[in-house]
Amino acid sequence: MDTILVVVEQREGRLNRISWETITAGQAIAAQTGWTLEAAVVGSGVAAVAGEVAGKKLAKVYDIESARLEPYTPDAFAHALQEFLGKHPAKLVLMPHTYQVRDFVPKLATALQTAAISDVIGYRYEGGKLLFTRQMFQGKFVADVSFAGSGPCFVTFQNGSFRADKVEAGAAAAPVETVNVDVPDGVVRNQPQEVFKETKQAVDLTQADIIVSVGRGIKEQKNIELAKQLADALGGELAASRPICDNGWLPMDRQVGSSGQTVAPKLYLALGISGAIQHLVGMKGSRSVVAINKDSEAPIFEIADYAVVGNLFDIVPPLIEEIKKAKG
Amino acid sequence: MRILVCMKQVPQKDAPLKLNEAGTWIREDVSYEVNEPDAFALEEALRQKEKHTGEVVVVTAGPARASQVLREALAKGADRAIHLEGDAFVGLDAYNTARAIAAVIKDEKFDLIFTGLQSDDYGYAQTGVILAEILGLPHATIIMQIGKTDGGIRVKRELEAGFFQFVDMPLPAVLTIQSGINKLRYATLIGIKQAKMKPMCKVTMAEVQSAVGGNLQKIEKLYVPQKSKNTEFLEGPPAEVAKKLVEKLKNELRVI
Repeated sequence: MDTILVVVEQREGRLNRISWETITAGQAIAAQTGWTLEAAVVGSGVAAVAGEVAGKKLAKVYDIESARLEPYTPDAFAHALQEFLGKHPAKLVLMPHTYQVRDFVPKLATALQTAAISDVIGYRYEGGKLLFTRQMFQGKFVADVSFAGSGPCFVTFQNGSFRADKVEAGAAAAPVETVNVDVPDGVVRNQPQEVFKETKQAVDLTQADIIVSVGRGIKEQKNIELAKQLADALGGELAASRPICDNGWLPMDRQVGSSGQTVAPKLYLALGISGAIQHLVGMKGSRSVVAINKDSEAPIFEIADYAVVGNLFDIVPPLIEEIKKAKG
Repeated sequence: MRILVCMKQVPQKDAPLKLNEAGTWIREDVSYEVNEPDAFALEEALRQKEKHTGEVVVVTAGPARASQVLREALAKGADRAIHLEGDAFVGLDAYNTARAIAAVIKDEKFDLIFTGLQSDDYGYAQTGVILAEILGLPHATIIMQIGKTDGGIRVKRELEAGFFQFVDMPLPAVLTIQSGINKLRYATLIGIKQAKMKPMCKVTMAEVQSAVGGNLQKIEKLYVPQKSKNTEFLEGPPAEVAKKLVEKLKNELRVI
């Protein structure tokens, strides 16, 4: 039987939450094709991650281990997965479209003389053929892409394309098999140093359930405080579009968009954000979008579930009060 | 330092794009410009050359119009250009584009090869990494800083969520460059004049055909994305809108 392998992502032994979305995608494709769904985690001493993943509806979970897989390097990861796939062939290999995956998957696919369909937002299964949907021309168009190679087809999914909370739990824990791979001397050429942040209070917006985001409509730096109060009332994180961070009103690590973070929270509340494509690609995977903007033609409204056309300075103060009331 | 910069011509950011009749590609009658991160990659190459001396070579794959990107690069200070010229290059996937470029430059012994981190048209974000693998070179992606060390280079990689990481690596190497790594220069009048004297080598598809295969990923159809959301507009005076919105946040979206 054909196999679908989901390679989950871990950092320092902790599962990256976006991996659940990829498993959801894998479960959906497996249900339609009847193929076997397996998962793998790659690293050093990451059995706990494999165990966590094994709670989901999967036929098997592999814990691919080598001391040379920590810290991450593209050389070691590509080498380990190439060796693994040589022994455990898969028809489809699914991963989240993270910076790390972008860094090693094209190398791995090339080493296997196959291709990676990158930044995919959906799929269709028609007449026994899988088509993957990916954005092109900065999201102005989407393309249905088919795979014409003979090796495994790698597919990387854009953040927010599938829902992490839709991942199905297994009736019983999936079996976990540890696979020790050999990464010989000389394979790893890069020497990565410690990961660091440039700003002190850096925040990982991708992990936030609620985000209040401000755009040019906030007008002045001192008005950021109002958005902050709204975020606090909701128990969410504060974010911004690029111009706000370029102005230095909020640190760069709070920027959402193509040059900032890509987020998919339960709620994305956009204050005074017009919705340029560079911003939309970073947040359109949000489960729900509420937009408040003066301009009724603002593109942000096209992807909003709830829209308020009006002056944010009139609406946000009573909104904060109502939220506090509702929360008791 | 001998540096190759891979560049691409893409539709202008704000150009209104239309689909062709077959729904397989855009209509080509739009304005084009250099892919933004590629411009930063060129700038970085010029700066490295100014610091360490050497040569900057620019390469592109695309139809005749794409030579504009190379001419601009020569005017800014690149020493020579290679144009894999022809409409046939437009439809290549990332693997084949990299194979075609590799076939042309593999004997050139560059110390560094730069690409932009991704293109505005296909957006594969793969060609540079694939090129590294074909050439057997180490690579690093989304680079924000490059410094020379005794044994090679130290680069600063951008990671997600505001994280960065320095990576030491040997030369030769392939780097994909992030927008904003430096400040772009303008071409000077004298630069534009000198560019006309600089060599531009043209390569046809026939010359690299043996290195290129069929696309492994095929665009079946290109179309305008469907609007998936039914937007509900909440109206009324601010206090009333606030009440309505909180009701939605609580009962519909369940985030309160």
